[in-house]
Amino acid sequence: MTDTILPGALLDVENLSLAVTATGTKVVRGVSFTVAPGEIVGIVGESGSGKTLAARSIMALQPPAIRRTAGTIRFEGRDLAGLSAKALRDLRGGRIGMVFQEPMTSLNPSMTIGRQLEEGLAVHQRQQSAEGRRAQVLDMLRRVGIADPDGALGAYPHQFSGGMRQRIMLASVMLLQPALLIADEPTTALDAVVQRDVLELMVGLTRAHGTAVLMISHDLSMVARYTDRIIVMRKGEIVEQGRSDELLRAPRHPYTRALLSAMPRRQPARPIPPVATPIIEVRDLVVEYGGRRGLFRKEAGKRALHGLSLSIMPREVVALVGGSGSGKTTLGRAIAGLLPPSAGTIRYAGRPIGAGGAEWADYRRNCQMVFQDPYSSLDPRMTIGALVGEALRTVPDMGRGEKAERVVEVLSEVGLGKPFADRYPHELSGGQRQRVAIARAVVRRPAFVIADEPVSALDVTVRAQVLELFADLQARHGFSCLFISHDLGVVEQVADRVVVMQDGRIVEQGDRDTVFDHPAHPYTRRLLSAIPALEPAGEGGVRLKWRFDDAVPVAVPS
Amino acid sequence: MLHFVFKRIAMAVPTLLIMAVTVFVLIRLIPGDPAALMLGDLATPASLADLRERLGLDQSLPVQFGIWFGNVLRGDFGISITSSQPVLPLVLDRFWISARVVLIAVLLASLFAVPAGMIAAWRQNSGTDLFLVGTATLLYSIPTFWLGLLLLLLFGLELNWLPVVGYVSFSEDPRAALLYIVMPVMTLFLHEMGVLIRMSRASTLEVLRLDYITHARAKGLSETAVLWRHAFKNAFGPTWTLIGLVLGNLLGGIAVVETVFTIPGLGRLLVDAIFARDYPVIQGCLLFVAFVYVAVNLVVDLLYPVFDPRVTAE
Repeated sequence: MTDTILPGALLDVENLSLAVTATGTKVVRGVSFTVAPGEIVGIVGESGSGKTLAARSIMALQPPAIRRTAGTIRFEGRDLAGLSAKALRDLRGGRIGMVFQEPMTSLNPSMTIGRQLEEGLAVHQRQQSAEGRRAQVLDMLRRVGIADPDGALGAYPHQFSGGMRQRIMLASVMLLQPALLIADEPTTALDAVVQRDVLELMVGLTRAHGTAVLMISHDLSMVARYTDRIIVMRKGEIVEQGRSDELLRAPRHPYTRALLSAMPRRQPARPIPPVATPIIEVRDLVVEYGGRRGLFRKEAGKRALHGLSLSIMPREVVALVGGSGSGKTTLGRAIAGLLPPSAGTIRYAGRPIGAGGAEWADYRRNCQMVFQDPYSSLDPRMTIGALVGEALRTVPDMGRGEKAERVVEVLSEVGLGKPFADRYPHELSGGQRQRVAIARAVVRRPAFVIADEPVSALDVTVRAQVLELFADLQARHGFSCLFISHDLGVVEQVADRVVVMQDGRIVEQGDRDTVFDHPAHPYTRRLLSAIPALEPAGEGGVRLKWRFDDAVPVAVPS
Repeated sequence: MLHFVFKRIAMAVPTLLIMAVTVFVLIRLIPGDPAALMLGDLATPASLADLRERLGLDQSLPVQFGIWFGNVLRGDFGISITSSQPVLPLVLDRFWISARVVLIAVLLASLFAVPAGMIAAWRQNSGTDLFLVGTATLLYSIPTFWLGLLLLLLFGLELNWLPVVGYVSFSEDPRAALLYIVMPVMTLFLHEMGVLIRMSRASTLEVLRLDYITHARAKGLSETAVLWRHAFKNAFGPTWTLIGLVLGNLLGGIAVVETVFTIPGLGRLLVDAIFARDYPVIQGCLLFVAFVYVAVNLVVDLLYPVFDPRVTAE
């Protein structure tokens, strides 16, 4: 642990402790770190590690229920505790800027972009004229890559995509040329490709201005790629900090090692025995939304899927990857029979799944789903036992006792055990809930499971455990799986075959090793090159690896 | 935009039609004969039959409805059975008397309640918050007639500052009119303010939690700028909708308050007409009330995009 204060440190946090005012519970304990001018420092930690609170308290922007109980924060040599409200406001924005995670809520929806950007300038550079401010705003919007800056001035945030909003956010902060930028999970809500563009932009802009960056993230590979130093936090404490390359190569604290070893890794390819009939066969599937037949006219809907064909073999895990809006969730829902196809067929074990009738009922029994958000996918008023047992209600010739036994058996299979049967979802952690969701899906021994981003809402270490459980169950029961994910690292670990989607079309599909090592389609290449990977490098350490050299020209698909 | 307005108005037509039929049928289900009531003790079977024929009450229900509705479509709401005045001018006259009280009261209540609710949210769980929420809860828990009576006792009888009962129109004597209107306005104002404070506080709390508020603070804006420039417009939407509902409700009749202060408003007209079985007036009143309700809410919806550009009038 390095507690040395660099001479001329820009930010010097010493022994910072934060507590919940009402209960006195400490949420951040004795945290010390420094940020030098122009340096990029990453704070990594899982939820509840206190990383966001620690960073927000630098600007005294922690929630009102949280109070600083000890420690000093020095910025540019001044102790921030002694600042008047006015001096604190001058510091906020003017010297320290902040970028937030959720581009959907971090810009005011009822105010034009122009006004939101200009108001910061108006506060911090009063001498400037309105025209001068406008020119500065336009220049900054151009620099963050907004195509039509003049048009953007009068536009509202909802008229922009998530990535564009995050660029605007960045413009609004960098406009004031702060000495320190605090970026709280700045790209977590964005697609891989957009994520990389925004991060490159952020790093480029801050370098150009000599702005230091304190980057908070749960994503180790992202932090590894862009930071000079890394601070690892856990349960309100710093467990380890050091230069990024050293820390990754030779992590000293067991928690850091656990974090690194929890990063998804490619498993050896499994042989999938070829069979004549695939378990799922999709032919020329078209799904349209919002079309309606009026009294006098027929409105064509928005086409979400443009004639897709895809098959899944018994025991095979097929991953569906693509950016948001690519149609991957729509495809999953259509295959699950939750969305009526406008054209095309879906066959299960050679027979059309139909709608209604015995074949439909048979398919519904054999096709189960696991959803992304374990907080909303479990009915909060049902016990875990009832949730898992519900799927057994329609099984003929199965006694009450037998059903209860099966529920307990499945619960122990997912690592929860009998005592959990009487609990309610709110008593469980996110990881435990996702285990329940998986138990619910496999309790009837289905032949096919659709998992829609099953681990996206989970922390790194929990995610590793759930993925391991999933692979274990899959190997034991041999169900086929359609695994929908935007996380290429996870996909690389679990998939036998990969299907890449873009704009409602399949642009590439093939076995995992081929797609990851020799992608054919430019979009696949862009997707893969956006994500840095960490590969093991002895002693529990990792090394940063780019799947593609930046120099490799990649055509941007139109 | 224009398309939306037409669609909304078109959607109101079935509502008004159902309203017309229901009102028409319901009043006739209530026992009591207007002819018998008008003639009182002097009624003989012959004079009764004669009067019923003159009023058109001897016709079958569907025929009566057809005649009445046909006239309504031409703007003729009929003639009051009791006072022989045309219904529409009567309803409009009385409506303006009520509307004046309601509009002033709701406007004042909004002007006080919206900032009060925002301040309570901004200082959540503080003494200020507790005081504002406590006052709001107390205000809307008191029934308006009781609140009205208390005001009468205090300002009218004890302090002798304000006239106790009655109404003077503005055209006759503006100063007296103002004095007479103070207590009814205050009654409604206090009651509705309680409701609106709660709403304004709740929606402001929602907004203050969002990142763009923290972003505004992180830009170095003062708390005043954060509240008025960033929180106000976003928090006002739900309160605005509630103001529309309150306005629609109150404009439809404040019979209780009118009775306490003996104001000859729309509510009193309706109550009196019901007691007298004055069918044309009852029908006219209720249809007009339904129309006002629909119109107020249409205006509220059309103005919503002003506060939230994400909502377009489509």
